[in-house]
Amino acid sequence: MTQAAKPVLEGFFTTGENPALLGSRCVKCGTFYFPSVEGFCRNPDCDCSQFESVELSRTGKLWSFTNACYKPPEPYIAKEPFEPYAIAAVELAKEKMIVLGQVVEGVGVEQLKADLEMELVLETIPDAVEPEGKLTWKWKPVA
Amino acid sequence: MTQEIAIIGAGMHPWGKWGRKFVEYGVEAAREALADAGISWRDVQFVSGAATMRCGYPGYVAGATFAQALGWQGAEVNTSYAACASGSQALAAARAKILSGQAEVALVIGADTTPKGFLAPAKGERPDDPDWVRFRVGVTNPTYFALYARRRMEMYGDTQEDFARVKVKNAEHGFTNPKARYRKKFTMEDVAASAMVADPLRLMDICATSDGGAALIVCSLDYARKIGKANAPRIAAISTVTPTFASAVIEMPDLATDSAVAMDAHSFRAALPRKAYEEAGIGPEDVSVAEVYDLSTALEMDWMEDLQLCPRGEAAGLVREGATRIGGRMPINPSGGLACFGEAVPAQAIAQVCELTWQLRGQSGDRQVQGAKVGITANQGLFGHGSSVIVKA
Repeated sequence: MTQAAKPVLEGFFTTGENPALLGSRCVKCGTFYFPSVEGFCRNPDCDCSQFESVELSRTGKLWSFTNACYKPPEPYIAKEPFEPYAIAAVELAKEKMIVLGQVVEGVGVEQLKADLEMELVLETIPDAVEPEGKLTWKWKPVA
Repeated sequence: MTQEIAIIGAGMHPWGKWGRKFVEYGVEAAREALADAGISWRDVQFVSGAATMRCGYPGYVAGATFAQALGWQGAEVNTSYAACASGSQALAAARAKILSGQAEVALVIGADTTPKGFLAPAKGERPDDPDWVRFRVGVTNPTYFALYARRRMEMYGDTQEDFARVKVKNAEHGFTNPKARYRKKFTMEDVAASAMVADPLRLMDICATSDGGAALIVCSLDYARKIGKANAPRIAAISTVTPTFASAVIEMPDLATDSAVAMDAHSFRAALPRKAYEEAGIGPEDVSVAEVYDLSTALEMDWMEDLQLCPRGEAAGLVREGATRIGGRMPINPSGGLACFGEAVPAQAIAQVCELTWQLRGQSGDRQVQGAKVGITANQGLFGHGSSVIVKA
């Protein structure tokens, strides 16, 4: 269904059957980064500048959540009429980091609660050029 | 004791949406501060300006811009940029100049003119710019404030009514402040009726952007004595520390926090006042009044805990019992805070110190915190900038 859609950002996530965010991992101290980084590890005690590309954990615990009640400014392309969407901050246990993303369509803040198990999925958001929209990562409560 | 400097003058141009050049607000604030200090502009040996990024080249060289507008008189100039902490960094530059004996008297000054409406990212396709990327996937500025607010609700049981109480309290404080932009006693009903922006935050939970200008005249303790102001309030600490990796909280404009795999997670906000307390050699129990950066109502409660004015999770309890009102045991934002001012970035950290100066002198009229002896400020901005300043009577 969404296979024809292009990613909204190149190199931010995989688009296979089990999609995952693409990040970097310092080969020396193991620190993760999202989005991917080049250059230097930001750990003050690490002088490494080599990173490997890694898929981040596909599930995590809901740290906090909110929504967008008003149409954001460009470069966000909003549906007309605008429909509010929820946003999640999800804590990844292995990476020990929190990652933001929209919540899937149809799930509002009233259905969310801290510590809910969340899973990464792909859904389209509107685009100025592509009529079918573009793919982005979203968080979905694990049923 | 030798690490202290005196504040002998404070001045502000009223906050608002005046649509004039930022230089005008700064000059008016500077002249008020000079008159307050009882010294002449020609007595100032160092001009330390906080930069604005929104007003072209004159804003990038704000120190020189203000010095020229006041009339070149041969002082040395500096301009500091540190996002919301620009004013504190300009103050720190003045303190360094004074304590090293290179200047006796300095003008610290910041002013801004803000565009109308919401701030939006620059145009174009820029996938390497984190600020562009987060807007592309629908993450706006209120998103971050709302995530912090919701976290308080989930962790501590704070409610939207608690957030509204902060707004109502700040509106009462700022009601008689001649420098404040919004002077109206908003009610709980007013807040509840305002539009939801980013659940759980409503329009009235989130601060606006404003035009404004603030200035301080600071000097060595010797100079203060020489001009008969030996009892002027003193700057006892200025903290402008960066975060420590791994930073624990999701910060604008990032889509992820640091990963705490190799290093423990640290709170940036809590680190700012910790350094200030150490430098001043005092503790939170000594604080009589605080001016904190209430970009949102809920954030004011985060700051109360970061300043260690109460244990984690207990700020809402203090708000409910009225302890944070003027007359309460821990008054927060007697000026009315950003809720009544709106943010004028390069002026805001200086304005916080102006308010504490008036409070410690006992000159705050209807909003006076009785017997205020020690005041602390806290603020935080983008890109690892933040500050906390301690002022002592």
